[in-house]
Amino acid sequence: MSEPVQLRVEGVGRIFPSVSGRPPVTALQPTDLAIAKNDFITLLGPSGCGKSTLLRIVAGLDRPTSGRVLLDGKVVAGPGPDRGMVFQSYTLFPWLTVAENIAFGLRERGVPEKERTPIITEYIAKVGLKGFENHLPKQLSGGMQQRTAIARALANDPEILLLDEPFGALDNQTRGLMQELLLGIWERERKTVIFVTHDIEEAVFMASRVLVMSARPGRIKADVPVDLPHPRHYTIKTSPEFSRLKAMLTEEIRAEAVLAAAEH
Amino acid sequence: MFSFRPLEPIGQGARIALGIAFFVLFFAAWGIATFGGFVPKTFLADPMTMVQDGWLLLTKFGFAADIGVTVWRVVGGFVLAALIAVPLGVLMGAYKPIEALLEPMVSFARYLPASAFVPLLILWAGIGETQKLLVIFIGSVFQIILMVAVTVGNTRRDLVEAAYTLGSTSGGVVKRVLIPSSAPDIAEILRLVLGWAWTYVIVAELIGSSSGIGHMIIESQALMATGQIIFGIIIIGLIGLVSDFLFKMINRRFFAWRLA
Repeated sequence: MSEPVQLRVEGVGRIFPSVSGRPPVTALQPTDLAIAKNDFITLLGPSGCGKSTLLRIVAGLDRPTSGRVLLDGKVVAGPGPDRGMVFQSYTLFPWLTVAENIAFGLRERGVPEKERTPIITEYIAKVGLKGFENHLPKQLSGGMQQRTAIARALANDPEILLLDEPFGALDNQTRGLMQELLLGIWERERKTVIFVTHDIEEAVFMASRVLVMSARPGRIKADVPVDLPHPRHYTIKTSPEFSRLKAMLTEEIRAEAVLAAAEH
Repeated sequence: MFSFRPLEPIGQGARIALGIAFFVLFFAAWGIATFGGFVPKTFLADPMTMVQDGWLLLTKFGFAADIGVTVWRVVGGFVLAALIAVPLGVLMGAYKPIEALLEPMVSFARYLPASAFVPLLILWAGIGETQKLLVIFIGSVFQIILMVAVTVGNTRRDLVEAAYTLGSTSGGVVKRVLIPSSAPDIAEILRLVLGWAWTYVIVAELIGSSSGIGHMIIESQALMATGQIIFGIIIIGLIGLVSDFLFKMINRRFFAWRLA
């Protein structure tokens, strides 16, 4: 790893307090993690393994019960524009148009309109939404809404981009196209990305490093580098190296899924 | 002709025809009861007498001025209540300490019947316009505060979180997420409460008033002029219908993003 460490997770754990007599739930065991600048990390794990909890703690939307998160050496105390986020649910502001949604963060930070306009035009082009600037979210398909959400997060020029199963609600074909779009943007612009998913193929295709999480209590179980060359084309999904990684991660995840299923 | 399967939609023409049909049926039943001599004239005027009485009221007794006064009172008291209640409701919905401070008192106050305040308000404010406005104000203000607070408090959490990750401050979240996302529901609340305000104004006018639709109704009672009373009630219904329609139209125009 040539790039310096940008994000440091130090002993971060999360215990949800007991509800109505039931014992407290350890969602995340104290976890250490160092993420290099401009790296593309996928957090892979079965549902309920604490991967979203870890991401939300990095975003500042949830507080760790122990440990701390450092971004560029500074302790994360709450959510902020330096950590852009794309959610699984559609979180575009329904009363704003596509262009206004993308402009939201810039407006909140007081960027004057004259500077906003070229940035918005640029990102609308990058996510392929030219001609939809004045559409309302409800007039867009799910894939288009998530593209707008990615543009909204990126237009704010965050230090790090966090994505919480952003394509989880999309159909398979759309999901494949969205993966290529996001990866294409990352290959051109380089940005630190943490991408949460439970889809093994998605995790391998996107990442330069896959972190496998185990379930209950959640912890990072394996750290798998992905050395497939860039730019990646969707055809890489049928290459022997891709299949090898996929098979290996399938084994890792399967053990966890069996454990998790046994608990329910 | 009509399908009676649950939730089966109905055509626009059939919808209008059925709506009108009920009014026709209603007036027919009323006509049979009165013209047929089943109900004494002193208790219930027939539809023709009602229309004639109404025409007389409008042309000879200046009833239009009474209608104007009543509308003015409703709108005045309601606007005053909304100006105070909407901001308070937004603050209560957004900030939990403010909610904890005000919620018990407001919840108590909303059950105080506005009509029971009429005698007290006459002592305090006399029988002038201030008293009428206050009755409507008291009747509306607490309802609006509570309903707006609930609506704002139910704002989608993920939208608020998205705003924070985009750099919004607390104030920014209130102004640019909570308020715009609740605005259509707040408008609906105002439409609903305006309907209730019509009840309060008539109660206020029945006691200690020298003008307004309610005053006309109570005077007509002394004269046993049931036709005039019914005409007054129908006028209130019509104004309610029109104001409801206007409110709906304005909401639809302003909050197009909400419509599917």
